[in-house]
Amino acid sequence: MNGTGQKYSLTPAEGGKGEGTTETMVLNMGPQHPSTHGVLRLILELDGETVVKCTPVIGYLHTGIEKSCEDKTYHKVIPLTDRIDYLAPMSNNLAYVLAVEKLLELEVPPRAQWLRVLLAEVTRIGSHLVWLGTHVMDIGAQTVFLWAFREREMVTDIYEMVSGVRMMSSFFRIGGLAADVPPEFEGAIRNFLDVMPRRLDDYEELLNNNEIFLKRTKGVGIISAEDGIALGLSGPSLRGSGVAYDIRKAAPYSGYEQFDFEIPTGTVGDVYDRYMVRLKEMRQSLRIIQQALDGLPGGRVMAKAPPYTPPDKEAIHTNMEELIYHFKFFTEGFRAPAGEVYQAVEGPRGEFGCYLVSDGTNKPRRVHFRGASFANLQSLPKMVEGRLVADVIAAIGSIDIVLGDVDR
Amino acid sequence: MAELTPESLKTLFPEAVISARVFRGELTAVVQRERLLDVAKALRDHPDWRFNFLSDLTAVDHMPRRPRFDVVYHLCSVPSGCRLRLKVQIDEDTVVPSVTDVWPGANWYEREVFDLFGIRFEGHPNLTRILLPDDFEGHPLRRDHPVGKSKIPF
Amino acid sequence: MGLEEQLGNNVLTTTLERMVNWARKSSIWPVTFGLACCAIEMMATAAPKFDIARFGAEVFRASPRQADLMIVAGRVSRKMAPVLRQIYDQMSEPKWVISMGACATSSGVYSNYALVHGVDQIVPVDIYIPGCPPRPEQVIQAIMELQKKIERNPLNPRQADV
Repeated sequence: MNGTGQKYSLTPAEGGKGEGTTETMVLNMGPQHPSTHGVLRLILELDGETVVKCTPVIGYLHTGIEKSCEDKTYHKVIPLTDRIDYLAPMSNNLAYVLAVEKLLELEVPPRAQWLRVLLAEVTRIGSHLVWLGTHVMDIGAQTVFLWAFREREMVTDIYEMVSGVRMMSSFFRIGGLAADVPPEFEGAIRNFLDVMPRRLDDYEELLNNNEIFLKRTKGVGIISAEDGIALGLSGPSLRGSGVAYDIRKAAPYSGYEQFDFEIPTGTVGDVYDRYMVRLKEMRQSLRIIQQALDGLPGGRVMAKAPPYTPPDKEAIHTNMEELIYHFKFFTEGFRAPAGEVYQAVEGPRGEFGCYLVSDGTNKPRRVHFRGASFANLQSLPKMVEGRLVADVIAAIGSIDIVLGDVDR
Repeated sequence: MAELTPESLKTLFPEAVISARVFRGELTAVVQRERLLDVAKALRDHPDWRFNFLSDLTAVDHMPRRPRFDVVYHLCSVPSGCRLRLKVQIDEDTVVPSVTDVWPGANWYEREVFDLFGIRFEGHPNLTRILLPDDFEGHPLRRDHPVGKSKIPF
Repeated sequence: MGLEEQLGNNVLTTTLERMVNWARKSSIWPVTFGLACCAIEMMATAAPKFDIARFGAEVFRASPRQADLMIVAGRVSRKMAPVLRQIYDQMSEPKWVISMGACATSSGVYSNYALVHGVDQIVPVDIYIPGCPPRPEQVIQAIMELQKKIERNPLNPRQADV
């Protein structure tokens, strides 16, 4: 199991026996480890401090979500989707409901589409804040962790305001949203837009020219664009290598084509570039949120398309047929046309896809989630082999993996 | 630039493509298992479409239909933005050629399909379980494997 | 009349048991065992708004040998179960386990082949927290309940078996 390291030569005067070769050492990192961002296990073969081989072992969070989905009606799958990439729950909801709406050929009202964009971007900022806090904490900057989680409380307050839950909101439903946003929503978002840019400036002031941070991130964990694409890397990790590919621009969904924003890219593809890309993405997300809030159309937030959409809440209190329909909708569900669709959204980690196969009954035949982190993690060995052990920590954080997304 | 349509695919690969159709704006082509690698390489190196990104590789169990499994490849082109779905239809114990030489990112996907469905890929560098414990018996995403609900003790 | 009146205001008298339990409950050091979504809420509990540091628990030790509380935060898959047990065994006495969230308590929203249906099948649990994920306030309440439990902890090992 242990390979050979380097040749050495120690004379007896130095305490050695002449010539020989060192052995490499196999080190196990995880699955319980503060810096693996979850239950990731890495088997590192080390020659001194240099990583010769890195083998990720995953599956420690495998939850069987795809099997559970086959047992549930289309509506009941939505809460399971929240928990896949648990830092961006609304993004996962979005991929699944867009896939179902594509299958059903359902038109979503404009107000719902714009609110989906707004909340998806708030989700992106929330996810990037957790990434920032944990990543730089691994590198050594404890302060930014506390600051990032303080800002994240604003995001969870927004979640709680619209859906009642801090994290797993299940707010996006098939045909629109679960409910309209309350009147306080606009004030909260305006406050968020007001406060965040200054906080992002604070983080950059602390990190961008910090010599320790630069030494640990510049030139570390480099992956080229061709290697990235071949390995299935997507999202900010791929954009750090210079590829300006963003599904929100390449194949827009939910009205993204109506918004004006840029796609930041890096040049070298190292940890620092990926960090800068994500920080710039947070600013672009604020831009989108501003546009969404300023131009928010009025109207319904849930399509009126029986039997695929639930009845209006007011109607079920007065109308018997609507009450019966409500009961049937939430217990038995609806029958979807047979066929298959694949819907990809640009999640905070990259391409998050939902592949839905329907056989004409009220339960999906197969729901498969293309987790962005599952593909992204395959690039880790390429980034760290030949580098030092400390660079492994920086590289894992820079890919921004979430083990729920990897293992599902 | 050549249009990506069922007809153009059938013209490009006359014997390999068994059927091709567009559903909800997405093009799906069923390909012969033996010709999969040729088709994959040709699509990756095609001058106009350049499907250099393997988005997803998964399988579906259509029991009791024969052939039972669909192995599904979602291809994407980063330069042009095109998307395509390829399918290979197989029975149990049929071996599918591995596409890890065409798209190295297929490595873990094929291991996952092997782990959860039991479909073997020929030419894969390390076809072992990836998500489930090594001593797990069975392939859970097959339709005849039970969900495994917990017993409610009252 | 009593000893306290003779000594004045600068000396406190108490039992050894109460003092040891006070020290233990005021410095519960959790081991980093965040598995899934609940881990994020656990981190939020450690963050400034909810601040678990008030209870002496902000030091999350990575090494189980230096910790005395294991907050199982998240779903426990069958592959992770032996690892969980190994980490628990490595912790030294006295140690406590909080099962945080619905998945750790009873496999939560998932009832399938992949998970252990309740972490109490593997380790003895002191406090269960419901929720998916539980709010940070619930985690703090669990720590406070655990503190009350620690206060009642008898120091004499033979009494502990009762």
